This record gives sequence, C-alpha cells and structure tokens, in this order.
Amino acid sequence: MSKEITGAQALMRALEAQGVQHMFGIPGGAILPAYDPLIESSIHHVLARHEQGAAHAADGYAQASGKVGVCMATSGPGATNLVTGLASSYMDSVPVVAVTGQVPRWLIGSDGFQETDATGITVPVTKHNWLVMDPGDIAQTIAEAFHIASTGRPGPVLVDIPKDVLQAKFPYHDASPVDLPGYQPKTKPNVRQIKEAARLILEAERPVIYAGGGIIAAGAGPTLQKLAELTGIHVVTTLMARGALPDDHPMCLGMPGMHGNYTAVTSMQRADLLIALGTRFDDRVTGKLPAFATQAKVIHADIDPAEIGKNRRADVPIVGDARLVIEELISALQAEFGKGATGDYGAWTRQLDEWRSRFPYRFTQPDDGMLKPQFVISRISDITGGNGIYVAGVGQHQMWASQFIRFQRPRTWINSGGLGAMGFGVPASMGAKVAMPDDEVWCIDGDGCFQMTCQELATMAVEKIPVKIGIMNNAHLGMVRQWQELFYTERYSQVEFGWDIPDYVKLAEAYGCVGLRCESPDEVDAVIEKARGVDDRPVVIDFRCDPRENCYPMVAAGTSNDDIILGPEFETDHETHGDTLYSQDPPEEDS
Amino acid sequence: MKHTVSILVENKPGVLMRVSSLFSRRGYNIHSLAVGTTEVPDVSRMTVVVDLPDKPLEHVTKQLHKLINVLKVIELEPTASVVRELMLIKVHAEPQTRSQVFELAEVFRANIVDVTTDSVTAEVSGPPEKIAAFEDLVRSYGIIELVKTGRIALGRGERGIKDRQLRAAV
Ligand SMILES: Cc1ncc(C[n+]2csc(CCOP(=O)(O)OP(=O)(O)O)c2C)c(N)n1
Repeated sequence: MSKEITGAQALMRALEAQGVQHMFGIPGGAILPAYDPLIESSIHHVLARHEQGAAHAADGYAQASGKVGVCMATSGPGATNLVTGLASSYMDSVPVVAVTGQVPRWLIGSDGFQETDATGITVPVTKHNWLVMDPGDIAQTIAEAFHIASTGRPGPVLVDIPKDVLQAKFPYHDASPVDLPGYQPKTKPNVRQIKEAARLILEAERPVIYAGGGIIAAGAGPTLQKLAELTGIHVVTTLMARGALPDDHPMCLGMPGMHGNYTAVTSMQRADLLIALGTRFDDRVTGKLPAFATQAKVIHADIDPAEIGKNRRADVPIVGDARLVIEELISALQAEFGKGATGDYGAWTRQLDEWRSRFPYRFTQPDDGMLKPQFVISRISDITGGNGIYVAGVGQHQMWASQFIRFQRPRTWINSGGLGAMGFGVPASMGAKVAMPDDEVWCIDGDGCFQMTCQELATMAVEKIPVKIGIMNNAHLGMVRQWQELFYTERYSQVEFGWDIPDYVKLAEAYGCVGLRCESPDEVDAVIEKARGVDDRPVVIDFRCDPRENCYPMVAAGTSNDDIILGPEFETDHETHGDTLYSQDPPEEDS
Repeated sequence: MKHTVSILVENKPGVLMRVSSLFSRRGYNIHSLAVGTTEVPDVSRMTVVVDLPDKPLEHVTKQLHKLINVLKVIELEPTASVVRELMLIKVHAEPQTRSQVFELAEVFRANIVDVTTDSVTAEVSGPPEKIAAFEDLVRSYGIIELVKTGRIALGRGERGIKDRQLRAAV
C-alpha cells in the first residue's frame, strides 16, 4: 500500500474514495498538478467559465441531490472567485467541498504570484478549512472535509493545497476513520424535551409548525407530513423549505416572511405555539423581532445548538436531527393519544381556512396586456405539474417563483436564500441538472441576475446540459426598483437596464443554446412547450414582462409582520379584517 | 458584562485567528486574551475576557463550540476560580523618589526587575484589581510604558476543565 504517488494523485484517489462523480472548476497555475491525474480519474469534471459559476454549480448539485458538491480552482483569483459561492452555501447550510491550489510552500507569505490567503479569506464563510502542508495529509484531510461538510449542520469547507504538495511524491496511505475530538454533532434529541414539546402541543389552541431548510437537509419531508397529519397542525414552509411539504397538501400554508402569503405570516403572528423545526428565525421571516409572534410559546428544534435562542427565546429547546426529532415527537404524541389525550385546533383551522380563501396570492393578467411574471411562473408550474426542479436568481422573480410554483417534493426548489447572491440561478441550475439528469430543470431568472453569470451557458451548451432558463425580463433591477418606488418616493436611481441590451435570444444562440422570446400571454404556453421539447442543449426564454409589477404581499424591512402590505390587488377588497393594506411607517433598514 | 472564558483548543496553525475572527464578526468585544500550552501536548488554553453588554454568554460559547478545533469551553465564575494577571511597568524614578517606588513595590510584592538612573521597572502579578491598584499608585511618578499579559484563570478545587471528553480526545 506504500507505493509512491504524487499529492495530486492522492487528491484524486481521495475524492474518488468519497464517491465523487462530478466536480466543477477551472484550472490554473497552482492547481495544475491536480488537473493531470484528473485525466485518468473516473470523476467527470465540468469546465466552468467562471469560478463563481463552479461554486454555485456545486451548491445546486448538492441542494438537488443531497450529495456533497465539489468545486476546484486555482490560487489567488481562482480562490477569491469562489468566495461568493461558498458564502451562499454557508448561509444556506449546503454541503460543498472546495479544493484550491496554493502557491508552493516556500512562497507562502511572500506575496508570491497569485498568492492569497485562501483559508484566511474563507474562515467566515466556511464551516472549516485547511491548508495542507504535507502530501501525507491530503487523503485524511479530504475525508475530514467530506465528513464535516455533510454531517451535523451541513456547510461548505475549503481545502487549500500548495502546488509543491500536489507535486511531491510520497508513500500513499488511505485515510483512517475520521476522528475529530472537537466535532461531535448531536443528532439524538433529549427525551425530556420531547415529552415537554408533546405536552405543549396538546395544550395549544393555535399551533403552527414553522418548517425550515433543516427539514430538507435531514430528509425529513415525509416525516413532517406524518406529524402534520397526525396532529392536524398546519405547516409554513420557509424560503429554504419550499417543497418540504407538498404545496397541494391541505396542511401546507406555504411561505411565511417578507414576501410570504397572508395566512402563513399571520398564522405565526397569532399562534400560541410555534413548533420551529430546522429553522433559524431569520429576520426575513420574523420581521421586527420584538413584534414577532408575541403570544407564542416556542419549541425550537435544530441540529445547531447555536441557533437555539439566538434570535428568539425557546421555551423548549431541542438539539437534534430534524427527522429524529419529528419521529420522537410522533411517538411521544401517539403515546399521549393512546391515553386519550387530544389536541383541539378546530376553531384555529377554520380561521386559517378563512384567511386562505380570502387572502391568496393575487395577480391579474390582462388578456391583451403586458406579460405578468406571476402568470408566466404559474404556467411553468402548471405545465410541468410542479414535478421539475426549479432554481431561481435573487429578486422579485425569486419571490414570485417561491410563491407561484406548486412544489411537490423536497429538493426541487433551489435558491440562494440566506446570502441572496444575484447570479446564483444559471450555474446552480447547471449543477442541479448534472446531479439529476432525469429531472426537468427550470431556472427562473431575472435579467439582472442572468447577466451576472450567463457565461455558464457556454459550459452547458458544450456539456449538453439541457436546462430551461426563463428570464423574467422586466428591463430593471426589479426588486430594487420596487423599493425605490415604495420607500424612496419613486426616485429611481440606477435600476433601469432596458429590454434590448443584450438581445437575449441572440446571446443564447451565440452560446450555442436555443433562444426564444415571448411577449404576450397567449404565447406563453406554446413557448414553454417548445422549450420542454429541447433536450440536447439549454434553452433561454426572454419573457418580456411588465416592469412596473411589484411583489406582494410585503412586510417592509424592519416593520412588524402585523403590518403586512397586501398590495393593490386587495385595494378594492372592502371586507378586509382591519389590518393595514399599506404600512405608514418607513422601513428602518435596507435590503 | 465581563465574563472570563477558558477555551481548550487543538494546538494547530490558525486556531487563534479562527477564534478571534469569530469574536470580531459576531460583534463580541474581547477585553483580553491570553494563550499558552497546557499539560496535554497539542492542546492549548485560551483565556478570554469578553465584554457582552446585551447578550447571554451562552451565545458566545455555542458559537465557539462550532469551531472544529475548539475542544472545550467553560465560563470561569469569579467566585469559583483563581484569576491572575502579570504586568511589567516602567515608571520615572529619580534618585530622590526611587525609594518610594521601591516601598510601594514591596507592599504589592512586586519585583523590581530593572533600574536605571531615572527609571524603575516593576513586575507585579495577582488579581486584576491588585494590578490596577498598583498602576494607580505609581501613576503620579509618571508611567513610561507598561505591558499586561491579559488574564489567565483556573477553576478552584479539584475539578478541571480537562474532563473525560478531552482525555478521550488526546
Ligand atoms: C450580487 C448582488 N448584487 C446586488 C444585489 C442587490 N439586489 C437584490 S435584488 C436586485 C435586483 C435583481 O434584478 P433582476 O435580476 O432583474 O430581478 P428582478 O428583481 O427584476 O426580478 C439587486 C440588485 C444582490 N442581491 N446580489
């Protein structure tokens, strides 16, 4: 077993040993040695056009499949270009392993050509990182990297390897079992806390399950559904948990938060018990924190103890894996039901149903008017039956996609939720399609986002990765335009792009993709069908949408969820229950 | 509010940076920080005094635990621990005032470690209040420069932070 091989060969062997089938990256000086044994490797390397694209692709790959996404880049600019992607994966707890080349050991610290302190730069945006100074450590480090990325609260890690370490020959040994004394994630929940949670659930009159991305990460979707059905408690699915419970399920209230629907937002505000599972009370969900769910007791279960009590005090803190927590809760509740105990949420359910019927998401698509992005997205959802994988950029289109796509299963909604990184969509959809080639992958993008990373069209055309990219082209940085309209007295500053530059159809064609354009509602179905018929290359559709369309409902940043703004579609609805349609107060903080 | 936290870490390159980066990006104010090796090879101990005006210390300890190289974190309560600091302080002391400085040093059990024609350097150690008192008293002579180690502390009694978990680890 002690045949001499190079550090680079050891790296490839270690990645293969982890079951890596795909990786995304771009070569360069310091990582060059690793690209040589790659030729013989079983790993399929997708040559991205920008390292940010490689990092987002690894993220999309991981979100779609649940496997660890892998990206690789050279030192210096290669490593810094990965940073946005890693930061997004970090905020969304996505397991990614990034491998970067570093200048040779003897140059480290000398401001050598293309030297940047990759581990230093990425400390705040990775779960952990390593600078490997000995070729004998490569295999073990890669094993640890995959272990840390994929267990506990998942997240990105970075392994930085100096060029001469990759080149050095040494007697190779397989990694030994990973043993990290400082890393022992706790997955099994405490029995006493589970009992206490069950007691609160039976006592509650207005409970709501607040399901976050942890449900998806833990593969707890079906278990969550069991809990909802067993108890009759409704579920809100946050931006990171869309699809955790199917949108067509009667217990699913949909998305809460800044652009969530009225019922999801208000159910939490009025609840007397929040059962928070795999979620972190993000400010985009809670609105103004002191005014959030003021009457609710909180059961907070998360695999990361640091999230519990960080933003909101928990009455019952539970540290554990979401699936195990829910399974334990179900048995505890079943035991109680066996003894004759029951929860009674009848009046609350009627209230929720009433809100749902009165305050759904609303938009109006005039027959002969401009395209409404909500209409386009609804059609994509209906025509694909919600059975595809849907990836978004960041902005209005992202919120509309989350609102209007009827998700049917976990891991079919992929976005940059926590970081909100424009440019995520195109490369992440590439990663998702590579991971799940049999699924139909749709990227709902904005014209602004698209232009940040559309170079990956070349990658996908060459690699024959047939994703469908629908650009909701509103000729603006729409979300920013909306804020300027609402909060800066319609003083528009640096938000207009125009429809025509670039010509998205020609741009798509130049990249070897199919380019389509759609300008009126009666063409929408046909153009979607046409895109679905293409399976040998990406399709880009330029949906020319109404630039003045705003995204509602909206809780302005820094305001209370009670001040949810329903928007103009509800202006003539005189039966509203007294909550304000328009908030009077200016927002306190910015987007 | 100030807390004294003892952190056992794996003695690996970059660990100090990871810990201090965590404190700064989370907005936790470090008052002092002292690092050194321990009785266990490959394990270092950091003693951090952190100033938290509006957060429970638990927020900090939970975040610290997330660092892979952190093995153990313990708050050292003032009543249940021994806290010490060491200061080297150089003060003006002309021949006519020198003996006064010497006297003060004696009262504080400080060692005089360097003397020149018009300065005296004293080494004083003890609880932080004692150090502060000495500093106050010699201020009138004129402090030329001083340096402090930052606080170090250990829990009182038999209990150590090197418990079973750590033994298994090393
Ligand atoms: C990298 C990056 N830069 C800036 C922003 C701020 N930002 C948030 S949404 C948005 C507008 C996005 O425009 P577009 O992609 O056209 O989507 P739309 O809102 O019009 O649907 C901007 C600039 C961001 N989130 N990410």
